Amino acid sequence: MSEPFELAGRAWHSRLILGTGGFGSLEAMERALVASGTEIVTVALRRIQPGADSPLDLIERLGLTVLPNTAGCYTAHDAVQTARLAREALATDWIKLEVIGDERTLLPDPIGLLEAAETLVGEGFTVLPYTSDDLILARRLEALGCAAVMPLGAPIGSGGGIRNPANIALIVERAEVPVILDAGIGTASDAALAMELGCAGVLLASAVSRAEDPEAMARAMRLAVEAGHLAHAAGRIPRKPYAVASTPPEGAPSL
Amino acid sequence: MKIVLNGELREAPTGTTLAELIAAAGFEPERRGIAVALDGEVVPRSAWETALLADGARIEVLQAVAGG
Repeated sequence: MSEPFELAGRAWHSRLILGTGGFGSLEAMERALVASGTEIVTVALRRIQPGADSPLDLIERLGLTVLPNTAGCYTAHDAVQTARLAREALATDWIKLEVIGDERTLLPDPIGLLEAAETLVGEGFTVLPYTSDDLILARRLEALGCAAVMPLGAPIGSGGGIRNPANIALIVERAEVPVILDAGIGTASDAALAMELGCAGVLLASAVSRAEDPEAMARAMRLAVEAGHLAHAAGRIPRKPYAVASTPPEGAPSL
Repeated sequence: MKIVLNGELREAPTGTTLAELIAAAGFEPERRGIAVALDGEVVPRSAWETALLADGARIEVLQAVAGG
């Protein structure tokens, strides 16, 4: 279809990044990952449980790139240590950086996020920060050397869609790194809107993993991201208050 | 001596290495996607054999899981 998606020095075909949380089983996850067409999936780090299923074998078998995250970290210190552990565990410099500021909303802590991003960029990580839909914060993250900025559409897992499309559009307009809409997507039209606003990609988990039919929703998201991206590139018509006839008045018969 | 492994207090013989503890706990050390922190600092896999545990050591053994 359209031109590839450049992220962290590599070109990707899919603009949809999938989270792995919330699936009922590894089988359901596999069907959804395949249906989504994704090439990048994010995983968390937790205390090991002997004999517990790990999604890594599946991710590797499908030939996908793993993006570890710092989900559940509430301080810059914890996020930095988790990123270092993820690098050791998964042999990747990539990190989806989350520094959460509040349990109820799971909104990012902007101060902790900047602090952790600065440390991790300094240590050679490719930092993909989950951030507020705030232009100035996004630009500060970009200036620190983050490889992308990932503003939220609505709180994690809320399915609230994109609460402030104007803010996302502002970030897209002013950021030079890719903007990836992360969190809040509830259904396909939300993902399409993110792309129509000019986002380079969409990262989502719950909208697929907790859907009644994750595989079907994964396919819907794939199509929505493609459709939204094409629509953005195609250039929509301006909104007008009145009708503009699509048929010329010339040649209309007198009856 | 007493150590804390993934939040649980355990007894371990003096002189236990990180590699020995991981094996004794039933974790598969060869498994991909595992990382270890000793007293809050990452210990690279290459140092597990030589890292000696002290009394009161806090060890976290983590793995990649579905999430995020």
